[in-house]
Amino acid sequence: MSLALDIFTVSAVSAGAFFFLAGTVGLLRFPDALTRLHALTKVDNLGLGLVVLGLLPQANGPFSALKLVSIWLLVQLSGAIVTQLIAGAIRPRGPHR
Amino acid sequence: MASFLFGAAGFVLTMVALGLVVILQRPAEVDHMMAAQLLGTGGVAILLLLATATETPPVVDVALLLALFAAFAAVAFVRSASDRQGEISKATSGR
Repeated sequence: MSLALDIFTVSAVSAGAFFFLAGTVGLLRFPDALTRLHALTKVDNLGLGLVVLGLLPQANGPFSALKLVSIWLLVQLSGAIVTQLIAGAIRPRGPHR
Repeated sequence: MASFLFGAAGFVLTMVALGLVVILQRPAEVDHMMAAQLLGTGGVAILLLLATATETPPVVDVALLLALFAAFAAVAFVRSASDRQGEISKATSGR
């Protein structure tokens, strides 16, 4: 059982690390600010989600697991809102042109 | 397990550092804001990995604060940017 949980942790954390790699590659390769913002926020939030998912079996007790999940939810929520705000601020003439 | 988590934290740290170096070399202000966001998300991941690897639960609180401050920083940036935009449109439209 513990071995299965460890394997789950290793694979989920590795997948999360891979998404961080993908986010950095997108940041290096994408041509303008809006696409880079996209790469940064979506991919890195997915990477963080996978890392949190992988760490859940290692948490000691349900409350620390709940805490990990709520940190991820906070980052997810603030990331989504902040991306919209930044994109709206750098887009020159508002959303409809 | 701990050494694997340390390795993963180091890998994510390398990725975040690489992204930061590249972003900060770009001239636009919004790129600098993205650097703060990247450090927010990546820093939370690194801290959570380290908290589990070293079995020091208080580090999770540090990650929580980092996430909170990244959100505050972005809101402050957007507010100052839209303030400046408001001044420009006021200056050009005369109202």
